[in-house]
Amino acid sequence: MEEVKEQIISLPRLGESAPAFEAVTTHGVLKLEDFKGTWLILFSHPADFTPVCTTEFIAFAEIYPELQKRGVELLGLSVDSVSSHIAWVRNVEEKTGVRIPFPIIADLNKEVSILYGMIHPGQSKTETVRCVFIIDGKQVIRTILYYPLTTGRNMDEILRIIDALQTTDANAVATPANWRPGEMVVIPSPNTQEMAEERLKQGYECVDWYLCKKKL
Amino acid sequence: MACISPDGKPTESGAKMLRALKSGLGSPEEIAEDTGLPLFRVRSGLRELAQAGLTIPQNGNYKLTDKGAELIE
Repeated sequence: MEEVKEQIISLPRLGESAPAFEAVTTHGVLKLEDFKGTWLILFSHPADFTPVCTTEFIAFAEIYPELQKRGVELLGLSVDSVSSHIAWVRNVEEKTGVRIPFPIIADLNKEVSILYGMIHPGQSKTETVRCVFIIDGKQVIRTILYYPLTTGRNMDEILRIIDALQTTDANAVATPANWRPGEMVVIPSPNTQEMAEERLKQGYECVDWYLCKKKL
Repeated sequence: MACISPDGKPTESGAKMLRALKSGLGSPEEIAEDTGLPLFRVRSGLRELAQAGLTIPQNGNYKLTDKGAELIE
């Protein structure tokens, strides 16, 4: 009986460099480093010509202008061929009028899928689940989302996360639950008793020393 | 190939990049701004054009080769 060896690969984690790759896409051969200096949303879908994925691609195309305003590019991926991707995006445009403006990786050998932990055998041994990797301009992984095959992604949440991360980077603050741009942000917790006492005198809106908010 | 068609001629985006190089631009950032193409497309396109002998990489920038110049005349 042939022994099946499973290769153990450490999955990417938040705060770590995104694993480098070179992949065939609908926009030619792309490397991760081609996106250096811009933010990138690398996302996988289970398969071309499937209903939930089609609604997601239309939704990603619809938020693409908003993402571009924020300096963010999109890069899709599935275990399908370039010809399949091309046929699918052409079909989507023909049937719905929505043009898919971003590249899609044809990961037939599953190289990138395995590198990023996009195949979850409990869901499917051949298809990628709905992953979202938000990678910043320094190519560090900032957010990872996993959705099951049956649940389409929420584009509002993806935009909200981008806004929250970019606000955090620009202002050294955190964002509270359900935060939206324009709302108050959270001031990081003080590290010393002196800092805790000082912050209460600084005019912030505080519930107590550990939870203070301010307007930007 | 995104920048070169199977017949060896540059695609529309490939021709845009070659023309930008001919006008004296050299960095991927400048070429992206001039052509309106996304920076990632320009980086991968210039690499592909270099593999085809139409451009030469030099310290992160690119120069047009004689062969590349001939293609857009």
